[in-house]
Amino acid sequence: MDIKILGSGCKKCNALEEATREALVELGMPVELDHVTDLAAIAAYGVMSTPALVIDNKVVSYGKVLKTSEAKKFIEAAL
Amino acid sequence: MVWDFIQNQVLAMKWLNALIGQGLTSAGLDIATRLGGSLQFFLYDVIKITILLCFLIFLISFIQSYFPPERSKKIMGRFDGIGANTMAALLGTVTPFCSCSSIPLFIGFTSAGLPLGVTFSFLISSPMVDIGSLILLMSFFGAKVAIVYVVVGLIIAVVGGTLIEKLHWEDQVEDFIRNAQAVDIDAPELTRRDRLSYAFEQMSSTFKKVFPYILVGVGIGALIHNWIPEAWVQTVLGSKNPFGVVLATLIGVPMYADIFGTIPVAEALLGKGAQLGTILSFMMAVTTLSLPSIIMLRKAVKLKLLVVFVAICTVGIMLVGYAFNAFQFLFM
Repeated sequence: MDIKILGSGCKKCNALEEATREALVELGMPVELDHVTDLAAIAAYGVMSTPALVIDNKVVSYGKVLKTSEAKKFIEAAL
Repeated sequence: MVWDFIQNQVLAMKWLNALIGQGLTSAGLDIATRLGGSLQFFLYDVIKITILLCFLIFLISFIQSYFPPERSKKIMGRFDGIGANTMAALLGTVTPFCSCSSIPLFIGFTSAGLPLGVTFSFLISSPMVDIGSLILLMSFFGAKVAIVYVVVGLIIAVVGGTLIEKLHWEDQVEDFIRNAQAVDIDAPELTRRDRLSYAFEQMSSTFKKVFPYILVGVGIGALIHNWIPEAWVQTVLGSKNPFGVVLATLIGVPMYADIFGTIPVAEALLGKGAQLGTILSFMMAVTTLSLPSIIMLRKAVKLKLLVVFVAICTVGIMLVGYAFNAFQFLFM
C-alpha cells in the first residue's frame, strides 16, 4: 500500500502524518509513508486545501486533520 | 423595535456591559474612574468577542464545509467575464482559505483555466469579507455600516480582479505554477454530523489561535478608551487630518492580525473621535493584506504583479475610507 501525506509542512500537516502513523501501528501494518511537500506535486493531485491523505494514488481526504480512527477507516477501506 | 432589541441586546450585548458594571461596582470598584472604566471595557469586550467568535466561527465553518476550494473552482469555471469575477468575489466569502495554502490554490485555479483576474478577485475578497466580519461589524458599528462594508469589499474584489485581468500579465505568474497540471477531484461525501464536527474543530482551533490577539487588541482598546486624550486621536485620525485614511491604511497593510483582534481597537478609536472611514480603512488593510501573506504570494507571482496587486488593494481601501468619511453623517 502506498500512503502519502500532502502538506506544506504546516502544523496541521504534521498532525495528519502523526494520526496516520498511529493508525498504521494500530492496524499492525508497516509504518511506511511519504510526506509530499512540493506544492506543484500537491496541486497535481487536485488538492488545494492541505493537508491531504493519498492512498494508492487516490485522494481520500483533504483540507482536514483526520483523527486516528478516521485514518484507520480509510486505510482499511483500501486494503 | 424588534431590530433595536437584536442590535442592542443580541449583537452588541449591552446587557453584558451593564452586568459587568454592576459586578465591578459591588466588588467596590468605581467604574467612573479610569481604572474601573478600563477594567469594565476590557472584561466586556473580551467576553463579547469570545462569544461572537465561537458562535461565528462555528456558523461560518459549517457553511464553508459546503464550499471547499476544489468545489468553488468548478463553480467559478461556469461563468465568464465580470460574472466570473463576481462569482469569485462571492465564493471568496464562503470558501475556507488561509494564506498557507495560497500556492496550491493558485495552481488549482490556473490549471483549471480560470482567468488570472478571477483568481485575484477571489484572493482579494477571501480575507477581506466574510459572514464573520458582517456580523461582527453589526455588533460593533450597526447594520448599515456592516452591509456597506461588505458590499464595498466585494466591489473592490471585482474591480481589482478585472483591472488585473485587463493587464494580461499571465507571464507574471511563476512558471512552475503555469506548468503544473492539476485534476478535478470529487468532494468527499459529508454527513451533517461530519460538518458539525468540522465546525466544532474549526471553532476550537481558531479560538486557541486568535485568543491572544483578542487580549492584545482589547488591551490596546482599553488603553485608548480611558487613557489616550481625545484631542490626540482627533488630530491624527479625525476630520482635522485629511491624510488620516492614508496613514491608517499604510499602518494596517503590513500588520498581521485577525479581525477579532482589530475590532476593539477600531471601536475605541471611533469612540475617541476618529472618523469612521479612517477606522474601516485600517480594518480592511489589516485583514486583507499582511506581510506574511504578501511574502507567501510572492512565491506564486512575480514582483511586478505582486506590486500591482498590493497597490490596487491599498488604493481601493483608501478610496473606501474617504467615501465613508464623506458620507459619515448617513451612518452615525
